Amino acid sequence: MRASQKLVMQAKGLVKRYGQVTALDGADFELRAGEILAVIGDNGAGKSSLIKALSGATIPDEGEIFLDGQKVAFRTPIDARHAGIECCYQDLAVAPAMTIAENLFLGREVRREGFLGQALRMLDKKKMLQTAMERMADLKVGIRSMTQAVETLSGGQRQCVAVARAAAFAQHVVILDEPTAALGVKEGNMVLELIRRVRDKGLPVILISHNMPHVFEIADRIHIARLGKRAAVVNPKRISMSDTVAVMTGALDPATLPADSLA
Amino acid sequence: MNTLKAKLPPISQLGPFIALVIACVIFGLTTDNFFTGANFALILQQVMVVGVIAIGQTLVILTAGIDLSCGMVMALGSIVMTKFAVDMGLPAPLAILCGIGVTAGFGLINGLLVTRIRLPSFIVTLGTMNIAFAITQLYSEAQTVSNLPPFMTALGGTFDIGSTPVSYGTLLMVLLYLAAWFWLRETASGRHVYAVGNSPEATRLVGIATDRVLLWVYVLAGVFYGIASLLLVARTEVGDPNAGQTENLDAITAVVLGGTSLFGGRGMILGSLVGAIVVGVLRNGLTLMGVSSVYQVLITGILVIIAVTVDQLSRKGAR
Repeated sequence: MRASQKLVMQAKGLVKRYGQVTALDGADFELRAGEILAVIGDNGAGKSSLIKALSGATIPDEGEIFLDGQKVAFRTPIDARHAGIECCYQDLAVAPAMTIAENLFLGREVRREGFLGQALRMLDKKKMLQTAMERMADLKVGIRSMTQAVETLSGGQRQCVAVARAAAFAQHVVILDEPTAALGVKEGNMVLELIRRVRDKGLPVILISHNMPHVFEIADRIHIARLGKRAAVVNPKRISMSDTVAVMTGALDPATLPADSLA
Repeated sequence: MNTLKAKLPPISQLGPFIALVIACVIFGLTTDNFFTGANFALILQQVMVVGVIAIGQTLVILTAGIDLSCGMVMALGSIVMTKFAVDMGLPAPLAILCGIGVTAGFGLINGLLVTRIRLPSFIVTLGTMNIAFAITQLYSEAQTVSNLPPFMTALGGTFDIGSTPVSYGTLLMVLLYLAAWFWLRETASGRHVYAVGNSPEATRLVGIATDRVLLWVYVLAGVFYGIASLLLVARTEVGDPNAGQTENLDAITAVVLGGTSLFGGRGMILGSLVGAIVVGVLRNGLTLMGVSSVYQVLITGILVIIAVTVDQLSRKGAR
């Protein structure tokens, strides 16, 4: 059953060097359809370089990336976005003074049809508002008005807007970078709930997080990055949190793990 | 709590109207001919130069920058267009375009230094302000340019609304404000100006070329300064190398009074028009009261600080 699961995204032997430093040293990566894959690793383990390569933010020196089995070469984040990969970055990447609807459509605004849109380049605010409401209702984000400024929302709600923006427009993959950092327990759970709903809609999610309880609560599989490589992919239901951290820090050789704890 | 606050416009956006009403009431009570159509037409005519500069300045301030060179660039533009027409004998429309080209060129330089070398706009425009001033003095040899072709001063002509004469320049200013308002409010590129000022990082991450937005804002601001040059020439009927000195701060005052935040990303272009009118009313009313121009400068200075304080406090409240 596991072998038959379709790979949505795959990377083989990614290498990325920054001068003397080798951030990625032949890293592999596999994302399956409909899963939440957590990516964890110590600072410098190469997880952010991996994510940057997958999202087009950097170009790897070597290695190949496949999307639905097709080889891709992203030169910019926009290329990745056109391929249906949406990223939600750390630090609440929203414009606080702008409305929720405006934030959802920032950079992909919809123009009016006919003369007003063609010649005057006038925006179709009504349509964008409508779509924003539909998409947010789809993801059951309980925010009443799409025309309120993002800064009137709580931290968790803001993060939900950022996650929902990625999920609402992604065709293939949603990448979330530390979406629950800087949030309280209740707010964090709100975002976790939303991430589950994104997966249940059928979109695979790559989740980068330092928060082990959150990772174990929500991930289907855990990709452990270490020294620029993939140390192991483990099944959170079959391995303890402490063993996972031990692999991450190098205290435990993944080769000694029981076979059923790998995924 | 939040919802009530969200429904009320922030005090920074009501400020200019309150200031305008207070100023009008005071001047209405203390002077005889403040509340006359002719006086209001005069105020608007005096406001048009600062008003049009303030459009460009608003764009820059919305991106969280500031343009200290606006008045001096405007003065250079007016010298270039008048000298090109009078001394070099260029046809007036071409001379005007050359003047606007020079001011847009200064905008381009400001924009390139801000986006390519990442210098703070404050320092860049402090430099270009002095450069523009020096070029103005050198090129004009500190001499006023007169005997302008009529085409160049045509915008100073008036038409009557009722019995009140309104200049074409005033009308042009209002049209430019409406165009800028539409652009900023109803188009994607206009919204991106707000987004860049509000959160440059978030804007870049969604794939908007923030540097290109910034560069265009500075160039466009330069174009508005160039149009202001033409309005100045039309109003005064000379090319004055010493122009632009009060307009520099007056334009910034107008924008800040109008409720645009110096921190970027918040504000309304039409507020700047009200702000410019407030500055104009103050100067006019104080002149009618016989207050010397030094006190007018003093009062403008105090006004800016009050407006910025309100901006800062209302931002803290929003957090």
